[in-house]
Amino acid sequence: MKKGTLKQILLITDGCSNKGEDPSVTATFAHEQGIAVNVIGVLDDDQTEEPEGFQEVEDIANSGGGLSQIVYKQALSQTVQMVTKQTMTQTIQGFVNQELKQILGPEQNLEEIEPDKRGEIMEVVEDMGETCDLEVLILVDTSASMHDKLPTVKEAITDLSVSLNARIGRNRFSIYHFPGKRKDIQKVLDWSPKLDSISNVFPKLTSGGITPTGPAIREAVYQFGKKSLLRSLRDEDEPGMEEARH
Amino acid sequence: MKMNQAWKKQGINIRPGTVITGKWHRKRYVIKRRLGRGAVGTVYLCEQNGRYAALKISENAASMTVEVNVLKSLGKVQGNRLGPSLLDVDDWEVSADAKYAFYVMEYLDGKPLQAFIKRHGQEWVGAFMLQLLGDLEHLHKAGWVFGDFKPENLIVVPSPPKVRWIDVGGTTKIGRSIKEYTEFYDRGYWGMGSRRAEPSYDLFALAMIFLTIYYPTRFEKGPNPKATLFKKLNNVQQLHIYRHCLKKALLGHYQSSAQMRKEILEAIHNAKTNAKTARRHTGTRSAAPPSNRSTWKEGGGIMLLAIVFYLSSLLLPY
Ligand SMILES: Nc1ncnc2c1ncn2[C@@H]1O[C@H](COP(=O)(O)OP(=O)(O)O)[C@@H](O)[C@H]1O
Repeated sequence: MKKGTLKQILLITDGCSNKGEDPSVTATFAHEQGIAVNVIGVLDDDQTEEPEGFQEVEDIANSGGGLSQIVYKQALSQTVQMVTKQTMTQTIQGFVNQELKQILGPEQNLEEIEPDKRGEIMEVVEDMGETCDLEVLILVDTSASMHDKLPTVKEAITDLSVSLNARIGRNRFSIYHFPGKRKDIQKVLDWSPKLDSISNVFPKLTSGGITPTGPAIREAVYQFGKKSLLRSLRDEDEPGMEEARH
Repeated sequence: MKMNQAWKKQGINIRPGTVITGKWHRKRYVIKRRLGRGAVGTVYLCEQNGRYAALKISENAASMTVEVNVLKSLGKVQGNRLGPSLLDVDDWEVSADAKYAFYVMEYLDGKPLQAFIKRHGQEWVGAFMLQLLGDLEHLHKAGWVFGDFKPENLIVVPSPPKVRWIDVGGTTKIGRSIKEYTEFYDRGYWGMGSRRAEPSYDLFALAMIFLTIYYPTRFEKGPNPKATLFKKLNNVQQLHIYRHCLKKALLGHYQSSAQMRKEILEAIHNAKTNAKTARRHTGTRSAAPPSNRSTWKEGGGIMLLAIVFYLSSLLLPY
């Protein structure tokens, strides 16, 4: 099976959107263009009941063909990493399942196959997950209420890069935050293979009460078609420009 | 209603006495009690035809299949048994829309590493290091890295005492990205290396496992993680003779488990020789200086280790 490119948006937010179009709609729009939208809801430790914004987090991920996860601050690093990887597996598995349906008929998916025969299929899925190229746009909610969570978010993002850069396939990351100064989203880091240097560039908080999650997702989708992404990938294809491992 | 991932992850609750019949192989398992809950599933003690086994069950057929693949591969590795042996793989269909994947494996009835060492003595530290390094060497030679190496994934079974691996969910082919890890034991988290599967990844975690024995509540990374690790290591008197080897493991200076194992053996041997000379000293002189006495005590432990090694081939009270 040929090596593909997986595109993902990773939305890290703590609350409810209150400006612009419905984020579920823009997430659907992203999904239709082959970009999965994952949502991580960062909460404070004391919140026990189903918190405000919970449903929105779920809805965005469902519409965006991705996963959602509610986490507390401390567990963020591993969660960011896990959700990203799980969506990769899920996406690839969906793709493999489709191929299977073509071969075996409409009712086939992993669960319908005898356990003894699932092994080989999962091996293919794992191989693809390890070798495919990955484009992740990280979209961070920097509205006022995220204030004390940003240092952890930063750490989690660096950690994600450590995990994904251990893969055989190529990675491209970019980071945007919202709301921007005058725009819906603001670039923090343009498409690049590593996230090592984000400590210097991580955004200052925007105060004020607006959270334009819907428009932010819409804008994020456009970034996947940007020239800077193509350029960054082309550079790597040139001989001698191969990204150093380790 | 759709459930949130975090909630779904808590897995299923099966009441003791429930009979699980496999959809494909039609084997019947009676659930006895829950053994533990992990990232991808819940493990139960079960009984089949009068025999106990461990049954892991989950909604996530894909993740279960990945684990089954690893267990199958480990079963083919020559030498020691690495991980529990796999007995059955099947599905449980509770109703049309409640289906679970499960597999059944050897039930490892033992004690956590830390509890065992606390009860049976420090001498076991060296013994378990050697056992683990021996098993790791087999695993690495076969092209795998354990990945999620941590005390919770180890269990000491009796007669003779042997550390066995339980959760192989993180086991990854060499050269790939580590599938599953726990921050505290992960060199990436400490800024001491990549998350690429290579033997040195496991050796870092191994050093952390033995360090944790003396820091049961673990410790913070601090502003300089590397310095923190070395300081914590230096503060453990019981690890004194292994300190050099453990430091090398933390730094990723060992290319193979065999190499580390050899140096651990040497360290044990040297400590033993030092102990002998120290004892001869104390025998001829009336009062030994306090520093000598402490060497003696440590050396005495090493002597014991040799005896314990011999004894471990016999039955040991558990
Ligand atoms: N073969 C086994 N024998 C005895 N106990 C087991 C066995 N496998 C798992 N357990 C228990 O179940 C717990 C959770 O299972 P585990 O496989 O670690 O889940 P996960 O891989 O999701 O972390 C373990 O910590 C252990 O206590």
